[in-house]
Amino acid sequence: MIKNILNLGDAAIYYDFGDQINIETNTKVINYFNSLKNLNLEEITNITPSYNKLIISFNLEITSFLDLKEKIQNIKISTENEKSFKKIKLPICCEGDFFLDKERLTNKLNLSPKEILKKFLNQEYFCYMTGFIAGMPFMGNIDKDLGIERLKTPRVKVPKGSVGITEQFTNIYTFESPGGWNIIGNTPQKIFEPGNKDKPILINPGDKVSFFQISKTEYKKLNEK
Amino acid sequence: MKNNFFEVLRAGINSTFQDQGRENFYHIGLPFSGAMDNRNFLISNALVNNEDKQGVIEFAYQGPLFEFNGENTSFSITGDVKFKIIKKDNTIINGECYKSYILNHKDKLDIITTNKSIYGYLAVSGGFSLDKILNSYSTFSRANVGPFNGKKLFLKQKILINKINQPLQSKQVKYLNSKIEYIRILKGTNYDYFSKEGRDNFLKKEFIVTKLTDRMGMRIEGPKIENIKEKNIRSEGIVKGTIQIPPDGNPIIMLSDHGTIGGYPKIGVVISADYDKLVQLIPNTKIKFKLIDLYEAEKLYKFYSLETKNLLNQIK
Repeated sequence: MIKNILNLGDAAIYYDFGDQINIETNTKVINYFNSLKNLNLEEITNITPSYNKLIISFNLEITSFLDLKEKIQNIKISTENEKSFKKIKLPICCEGDFFLDKERLTNKLNLSPKEILKKFLNQEYFCYMTGFIAGMPFMGNIDKDLGIERLKTPRVKVPKGSVGITEQFTNIYTFESPGGWNIIGNTPQKIFEPGNKDKPILINPGDKVSFFQISKTEYKKLNEK
Repeated sequence: MKNNFFEVLRAGINSTFQDQGRENFYHIGLPFSGAMDNRNFLISNALVNNEDKQGVIEFAYQGPLFEFNGENTSFSITGDVKFKIIKKDNTIINGECYKSYILNHKDKLDIITTNKSIYGYLAVSGGFSLDKILNSYSTFSRANVGPFNGKKLFLKQKILINKINQPLQSKQVKYLNSKIEYIRILKGTNYDYFSKEGRDNFLKKEFIVTKLTDRMGMRIEGPKIENIKEKNIRSEGIVKGTIQIPPDGNPIIMLSDHGTIGGYPKIGVVISADYDKLVQLIPNTKIKFKLIDLYEAEKLYKFYSLETKNLLNQIK
């Protein structure tokens, strides 16, 4: 299941699950992540799942690469957590300024804005990982006809709530941030709430997300909440 | 009894609350954060008799100016810092780092600047009275996480100080922030993405710390490091100290507030024992890297850790 185990610096283990980027590989990463997390080992300080990798940071005061590697290499992998994967429906507004890359997308994809949105809203997306900025979900896969490169020059500021697409993926900018994804709309839904101790983020790896369209008026109402 | 508090009369350039950081949130996009220079953080707390988990104020370059209100408190400043205490009667005491001082009602503390380093630390006896956010006092301002909604220090802010019962005693320790010749590194997971010449450049030539350096990362410039495989990799987790090479060939070293996921190839990772010294390097400093192996890095960390403990024991 794991193709390769390396050290990343002197205080992290690097698990490589292979080159394939798909839901099957990623589900293995997530299952390993959840199984390891549930052990609550005091020497582990962070675990970062991504498409096909898992990085395990540890406290160098109390363990070392070889010791920890041996300890966790043969842990029991549970698939139990798959049951707790949620289905989440998010409002998205694609009117006016929210659809920032309308022109670029219609030209490059050779589709009308209506067709683009139809294809985008039709799909249910799998959350591969969360991160880069707090709470940002990396989800896929989008309709093959919508596959497009990142912007050549990234925007200095992508507005908070923006929903972007690139390659086979879609994401949500949980904060205003620099970024190069093609922006298709904006969601008023709060994704990251640091004050909520138990569930600071709405979308976790493994969850399934779909979008439904709302008008600007509805957006304003939801945003006031 | 009155409340003890600091009123912020000048916030400084980049003043934040920090402790030893926030664990177990990488997977939702939150980095460790925490004091950049962990050893100086620990010493500042020890000098005012605090346990090592208390939050302190970290500042960079120009620091804050405070007015103290209350009965009295003691504080300490660590790093390489120029500061003064302005007593209520306007007498001025030039401060020394690594020494604790007592403040009385209406005294002012002016943290003028850090000298040949970036970060300094202010600890007060009993600690600041703060709310823990996601298990830590550390500020991660980009995601509004931390005390005072994750904001940096701001003008007219009132920062409450915990009351302490034990008598205030003066403490001092001798410590010099030693300079380093080399930043020691381990091979990164994409080390072989770079040409032989590129790798040689990286390990043998000098680099310069640029102005684009903050709590997130440090950009350095030097000879080009040519990538002969792929300029981008699939986004994956990174750790602090990771040295990434973006397509322009100029290395970026990930620091305590780094994005948790990155898509540039990793040529190396700075060893844990050299991290405190790395983060203190000011722009225009020349640095060189030295490749070592994991066994050596672990030994150096043990030595670093022992040295820190010895320093803390001297203060007790």
